Amino acid sequence: MPRLGGAALGRGLVTAYLSLIVLIPIAALVAKSTDGGLGGFWDSVTSPLALSALKLTLILSAIVVVVNVITGTIIAWVLVRDSFPGKALVNSVIDLPFALPTVVAGITLLALYGTNSPVGIDIAFTRVGITVALLFVTLPFVVRAVQPVLLELDREMEEAAASLGAGPLTTFRRVIFPNLRPALLAGTALAFARAVGEFGSVILISGNLPKTQTAPLFIFAQIESGNTEGAAAVSVALLVIALVVLLGIGRLTHWSLRHGR
Amino acid sequence: MLSTKLIGKDKNTSMRLSFWKPQRRLEAEAQHRSRRPNPARLAVAGALAVALGLGVAACGSSSSGSGGTISLVAYSTPETVYDKKLIPAFQKTSGGSGAEFSTSFGPSGDQSRAVAAGQPADYVHLSIEPDMQNLVDAGVVDSNWDQNSYHGIVQDSVVVFVVRKGNPKNIQTWDDLIRSGVQVVTPNVFSSGGAKWNLLAAYGAQIEDGKSPAEALDYLKSLLENAVAQPGSASDALTTFTNGKGDVLLSYESDAIEAQEAGEDIEYVVPDDTILIETPAATTSDASTQAQDFLKFLWTPEAQQLWADGGYRPVDKQVLAKNEDKFPTPPGLFTVDDPSIGGWEKANTDFFDPTNGSVAKIEEGLGVSTG
Repeated sequence: MPRLGGAALGRGLVTAYLSLIVLIPIAALVAKSTDGGLGGFWDSVTSPLALSALKLTLILSAIVVVVNVITGTIIAWVLVRDSFPGKALVNSVIDLPFALPTVVAGITLLALYGTNSPVGIDIAFTRVGITVALLFVTLPFVVRAVQPVLLELDREMEEAAASLGAGPLTTFRRVIFPNLRPALLAGTALAFARAVGEFGSVILISGNLPKTQTAPLFIFAQIESGNTEGAAAVSVALLVIALVVLLGIGRLTHWSLRHGR
Repeated sequence: MLSTKLIGKDKNTSMRLSFWKPQRRLEAEAQHRSRRPNPARLAVAGALAVALGLGVAACGSSSSGSGGTISLVAYSTPETVYDKKLIPAFQKTSGGSGAEFSTSFGPSGDQSRAVAAGQPADYVHLSIEPDMQNLVDAGVVDSNWDQNSYHGIVQDSVVVFVVRKGNPKNIQTWDDLIRSGVQVVTPNVFSSGGAKWNLLAAYGAQIEDGKSPAEALDYLKSLLENAVAQPGSASDALTTFTNGKGDVLLSYESDAIEAQEAGEDIEYVVPDDTILIETPAATTSDASTQAQDFLKFLWTPEAQQLWADGGYRPVDKQVLAKNEDKFPTPPGLFTVDDPSIGGWEKANTDFFDPTNGSVAKIEEGLGVSTG
């Protein structure tokens, strides 16, 4: 925040606020995770069920992010460049996954794509089911990150590219994509972070079986059975992995802003 | 954080600024000084909000001790019976006239932890005894809570098999559950404390049947292999089952009765060997006299009949006998304290310890072999 009056005061407020809302709780979590000593921490994180839950969460989140980056960009493109009846409505519908309590999303998906599916798709209690739930809750992040950038993208650039002989593919690759890249990376980061921590929509559709238990479900089960240290340990592991991925995306963003074009 | 980075390009920044305050952009510099008091005002507002918050919190805690309102904290399933039957009936008695209730219902473990952490409570009712022990350890409930003629239990239930209407897979016994092709739904015992009753019933039934503890554990393994979903809670499990998944749902008899009365297309089978689910209730150490009267009221024949009407087995023998058509006593009924199981403390260590318990090991095996 440049040129805001009272820089010191501002910084103080930011520090105090961030500490109260984010840093202190996370520090408490880390402290809790090592209640049983470092050995206990390691045992909790490397227990077979914890490992398979962490692995499942990361793989599914990665798949979900890739799918949503592609479909989200296409949706944003259609919403910005095309005009069709009902566009305003579709535009608002995109945000619904934000507003819907995720457990409601879970029940809805279970009813739609479960055993009694009215559309004949039964993916409940499988990893595919979890993926669909994660796609649902993370879609808005990519669309809403890409859309504003597309909106202000100067179409003269594309026309210039075309007049210089570039085909549509080349124009996309050389002109549009570099402009979108930072927004795509931001959307990726948000969607990934959300997918990693998603609980409500997944708990019902996953069936909570050992092979479909994602890390948040595993953590929930540990808390419910009184193993708070184990829950905190796996949470910290999840946070560290997420942090590394987010930092990586941050670096990529930085790099693409400097060398992008 | 990331989004501010990506609008670092000149064009985007100007767009963002003009989006916020288009007409003021040029005046921004001029207004620089006049905007300075804002952070201070913010701070004052913040302090006010904190003060207000403290005031409200103070009011909240001061009222909980007095006799006017009884804070009832209980596990999820008896909500309807409390709200629709027991509380109104108590308010009609002389001891309960003028009593107001503030109620809180939720998963037993969560409720227990919340009360231990300071949630105001005069009367607590939990689904398993260890959750009550947790409150004794926290000093919220006196350790003599179970020193009465009903051992602190206000109602019972049993573990039953909920099946589809007409019982198409003809499920009658525990052995039917581990037949190949039978799909079982039971809540995950690690996320739902109440679901521990289900596995204890399955285990105990095997012992009653003359099996060795090792064979009984093998049975649990086969049972969990047939589990097509282990939802997070009993209500999630019911949702899963009524949505069409599974041939049999392990559930409390009371839940099965409630679902049936709600019009779900299900019926239930009471197996010959099953466990008596005993749910403990107590008043907290500093509960008002009226809250203690409420607990005593719950053991009166009148209240016991209301429990029976709500689908729960009365602990009063005479009231139970009057309702035996609705609640037939299974021939092989056992309790958690029977030698086959050895009480909650042993069960929690041997079976349900999240890292070393035998059920955790079974789940681990299932997770690793398929994942």
